[in-house]
Amino acid sequence: MRLRAWLAERLPLDDVLATLRHKRVPHHEYSVWYYFGGTTLFLFAIQVGTGALLLLYYRPSAAEAYESVQFIVARVPFGWLVRSIHAWSANLMVASAFAHLFSVAFLHAYRRPRELTWMSGVLLLVLTLAFGFTGYLLPWNEVSFFATRVGTDIAATVPLVGHALVRFLRGGDDVTGATLTRLFGFHVAVLPAVATALVALHLLLVQRHGMSVPPSVERRAAADPGAVRSIPFLPHFLLRDLFAWTAVLAVLASLATFYPSELGAKADPFAPAPAGIRPEWYFLWAFETLKHVPPTVAGLNGEFVAVAAMGSGAVGALLLPLVAGRSPRSRAIVVWICAAALLFMGGMTMLALRTVTP
Amino acid sequence: MTTGNEHPQARRSVVNWLLGLWGGGVLASIFYPVVRYLAPPDVPEAAALSVTAGSAQALAPNSGRVVPFGARPAIVIRTPAGELRAFSATCTHLDCTVQYRPDLQRIWCACHNGEYDLNGRNVAGPPPRPLDPYDVNVAGDEITITRRS
Repeated sequence: MRLRAWLAERLPLDDVLATLRHKRVPHHEYSVWYYFGGTTLFLFAIQVGTGALLLLYYRPSAAEAYESVQFIVARVPFGWLVRSIHAWSANLMVASAFAHLFSVAFLHAYRRPRELTWMSGVLLLVLTLAFGFTGYLLPWNEVSFFATRVGTDIAATVPLVGHALVRFLRGGDDVTGATLTRLFGFHVAVLPAVATALVALHLLLVQRHGMSVPPSVERRAAADPGAVRSIPFLPHFLLRDLFAWTAVLAVLASLATFYPSELGAKADPFAPAPAGIRPEWYFLWAFETLKHVPPTVAGLNGEFVAVAAMGSGAVGALLLPLVAGRSPRSRAIVVWICAAALLFMGGMTMLALRTVTP
Repeated sequence: MTTGNEHPQARRSVVNWLLGLWGGGVLASIFYPVVRYLAPPDVPEAAALSVTAGSAQALAPNSGRVVPFGARPAIVIRTPAGELRAFSATCTHLDCTVQYRPDLQRIWCACHNGEYDLNGRNVAGPPPRPLDPYDVNVAGDEITITRRS
């Protein structure tokens, strides 16, 4: 008790506790979708922890990277588990972040005054994908080598600065050990620093504005203020969050144990790209799209057209709260656009999964 | 004679301008080296003009072989008719390394299913340009491929 008093005199402990005790969270039929934000944060924490563990043995050079991952998996006690959890947790984190984004869009939680919460969230999703892309090369295996060659070459389609951008990403003209060192630096230093700052801002904004209530529930509350229930954050909401996290942990542990992440063959810059090569599932829709775009579209380079369309989609997603109107009609348009995007991405992913390489 | 209190606004704007200049200078002196640092320096490499590409006999008709050509891969193929040809093995679509597909009798890229014919012409899938052709010479049993000037 003396320690608590000592701390309370120096830190705003009582204020924080009082705030948490008074904090209430709206509870309605769509509340279940709130939990994806929390699970994404939980998986991010797992990534930080397992990533730090992997760093103790991993060596970021073309000569040693593959062997060091092999050492982690084969020799270090529970190394296979740590690596497998890191890989699976990355996949679940991307899935959870996408689920969070689409549920927030469909429930119109991006509306005033939560525009910046939405925008920081979209940037966090982009960072999550960047984490996935930069981390993918680190084991220096065949699949990741070609995925990185394709992925970085896409930057060449950007007008004027394309070539400089490719060189910046690769640390030279080709994917080499210099690329590995560079992407390693992004993966373990630059991206975590930016992501931590953005997560802090995102959480601060969520705390500042409270949780959004969907328009339909808002209308019900306007007619009858007693119609919308709320539950205390402490302990009710926190316990529900903990329950969701425990469930995610169980799924994660099962996947990591029964489907451990494979290492494949070491990258060979002078071997042909292996048949059946494809990127991680969350880039499959873009991969499949690039496959079907003809070399020229309306006189323009087809690849450029596809990349420009995807880029505009990302910018559109970022600016959604600023461009979406406030009428029920414009909300319906947002729903249709998001549903079309989801359908396109889902359809292209299915097509990529079904395509048997000839 | 003027005293310092006569044009406070003008003096303030001069001070602000100087402060802005100082701030801009500090930022530029930080960011200029960082931006330059981020762009990797050109490492001069001996541009390979010609390389040996293994045994000619070992390359059966309707097959191909990927070999290093400087820092990049090249592909040597023997057509079903028995002729040797060589091309850059870097797909013109998105930089993957191509391979020979005997069943298609074409050069094929596994990444996005691009196809090139036996002359290196892009004939199916997304590749926008043909593969760069190299000259092939055989001395004894050894294949030599040479970049066209």
